[in-house]
Amino acid sequence: MKIAVCVKQVPSSEARVQLAADGKSVALADAEMVVNPYDEFAVEEALRIKEARGGGEVIVVSVGPESAQAEVRKCLAMGADRGIVVQDPALLGGDGLSTARILAAVLAELQPDLVLCGKLTIDVESDLVAVGLAELLGLPHAALVTHIEWTGERTLRARREIEGGREVVELGLPALISVEKGINEPRYASLKGIMAAKRKPIEVARPDLPAERVGPGAAGVRVVAVAPPPERTGGRKFAGEAEVIVSQVVELLRSEAKVL
Amino acid sequence: MVTNFDLTEEQQAVRDTVRRFARERIAPIAAERDRTGEFPRETIQELAEMGILGIGFPEEDGGSGGDTLSYILAVEELSRVDGSHGITLAAHCSLGVWPIHAFGTPEQKARYMPKLCSGEYLSSFGLTEPDAGSDAGGTRTTAVLDGDEWVLNGAKQFITNASYSGVLVITAKTERTASGSRGISAFLVETDAPGFELGKKEDKLGLRASDTRALSFQDCRIPKDALLGELHRGFPLFMKTLDGGRISIAALALGIGQSALDAAVPYSMQRRQFGQPICEFEMIQSHLAEMQTEITAARHLTYHAARLKDAGRRHTLESAMAKYYAATVTMKATTLAIQILGGYGYTKDYPVERYFRDAKLCEIGEGTSEIQKIVIARELVKLYA
Ligand SMILES: Cc1cc2nc3c(=O)[nH]c(=O)nc-3n(C[C@H](O)[C@H](O)[C@H](O)COP(=O)(O)OP(=O)(O)OC[C@H]3O[C@@H](n4cnc5c(N)ncnc54)[C@H](O)[C@@H]3O)c2cc1C
Repeated sequence: MKIAVCVKQVPSSEARVQLAADGKSVALADAEMVVNPYDEFAVEEALRIKEARGGGEVIVVSVGPESAQAEVRKCLAMGADRGIVVQDPALLGGDGLSTARILAAVLAELQPDLVLCGKLTIDVESDLVAVGLAELLGLPHAALVTHIEWTGERTLRARREIEGGREVVELGLPALISVEKGINEPRYASLKGIMAAKRKPIEVARPDLPAERVGPGAAGVRVVAVAPPPERTGGRKFAGEAEVIVSQVVELLRSEAKVL
Repeated sequence: MVTNFDLTEEQQAVRDTVRRFARERIAPIAAERDRTGEFPRETIQELAEMGILGIGFPEEDGGSGGDTLSYILAVEELSRVDGSHGITLAAHCSLGVWPIHAFGTPEQKARYMPKLCSGEYLSSFGLTEPDAGSDAGGTRTTAVLDGDEWVLNGAKQFITNASYSGVLVITAKTERTASGSRGISAFLVETDAPGFELGKKEDKLGLRASDTRALSFQDCRIPKDALLGELHRGFPLFMKTLDGGRISIAALALGIGQSALDAAVPYSMQRRQFGQPICEFEMIQSHLAEMQTEITAARHLTYHAARLKDAGRRHTLESAMAKYYAATVTMKATTLAIQILGGYGYTKDYPVERYFRDAKLCEIGEGTSEIQKIVIARELVKLYA
């Protein structure tokens, strides 16, 4: 079975990011870059499927700057077999749909049996790419999946977390699944994996896509402003008898904070 | 850590993986294990599964590959979160596995290396004795050949990992009449050998979750082929072992020193006194500047020593300098970190008092700072001879 996993390089959630001078983007400067955590769940799931079947191929596909090869290499160190990157600056900088179009061009050629994606990327959080990609490839898809159960060689049941409950859907391959936290606990790369990753191939793909379809010019969504969250104001301390304080706090939660 | 140390992609990958593991898996248990002194078996097992217990040893020998610098980065990153994990790895790889890898016969290597590198069991190095500390050549433990077996008698002191070891590298006098450091040999002792006994578990100031024990041999019988290296040539064997081991103690120090900075800088930015963050007071700035500069300098010395070892060059002087300097500046950095946190730094609500206690070992283990200076000065005199 050929499994393609889409991964993105993102700044670590602990990285200190700052607003760029244009007011529309963030300056990453020396921020520590990582594999998008949800994509890491997808890589782990792909590896587990391959291991359970005793064979197959896991291919990591990434769209991003040249430096994103480092994140692809991390996935290879976890155990993926090879990588494909798209790093042509002319294609980058579009919106989620643009990224989906680039990935679709790569995957249309690759013809995987299963495509795994993270449910979103923690940098932009547009939640667009996985669904867009499934649509463009004409694949059945399940989003926010926390468990995959194989019911046959090419059929599976996917458990989805939905508001207030769970949904179980059945899919036949080829299919696309976007995964949610909780599906697994990603492994740490082993030393042997790190050594082996050096020798695994990363191919640079150059899909031929017209400028009106991808990149900044083709973006259907334009970011007009980015702002930091409002600064946290200091807390308030209450002193005195517990009974008195509790009723004071409850009252304020109702009247001031309006959360009750 | 802003300075670029020209690490290879592979070295960076090792550092990043161990850093992440330490943050996610070890950080949550470090303070508690310091309190209880319980050995962190589970996380050491997880490190074994990642191949970290075989780091720096070739795959043909059952190791996981990687060079000395990658190993040093692993010790540093573990120690940045918990020194007990750092010394456990350092003692295992540098003192237990390395002499077997470097001096073992093909049979000895085949027997032990795969088990040691996969973490089936740990290993220890038994050099120090109650009456032979800095004067390691003063070994009193004896080994006498009786037919097909060596018979060991004596005691060892402060042996790291001993409770969890399957095999120990130990030194014993084989030539009773030889004076000084001559007539010592090294042996491989399996921990189920008759007459081998674990002694008292030390209740230590720091590195409390690491395992440090006394050992004794009472007519302990081991096979004739348990001799490691050449007969009567044990002293040069363990001096070479310590040349490598000292780089790992420097890395232990670096990790602890870095953690002191990691705690002190953000605290000084957020703590306000006299209407301003304390990091704006010149005297606090002076502390921080010294810590950062000295730890960076120690890192250069340490990585340089590791690179020399990787290149197969002599590194006796460089590893002694790295160990001496890293230990000194880390002791100072952890002291200053407490100073910067004031009264809070003196309590167990913050981790810097643990760093301070852990740091002290770096000035003692694998040769005290005084002994390092002796080594450095002797090497220096050779350079000018
Ligand atoms: C936590 C821990 C783990 C350890 N792990 C191991 C291990 O795995 N294997 C092992 O073999 N050992 C181990 N050791 C032992 C360690 O290497 C010794 O403690 C160290 O070498 C010092 O020996 P000593 O304690 O007998 O001190 P001593 O040698 O008695 O030294 C006491 C003081 O005298 C000074 N001194 C001694 N000689 C001189 C001199 N010639 N000139 C100037 N000053 C001198 C010393 O610097 C020191 O300040 C460990 C120790 C500790 C605390």
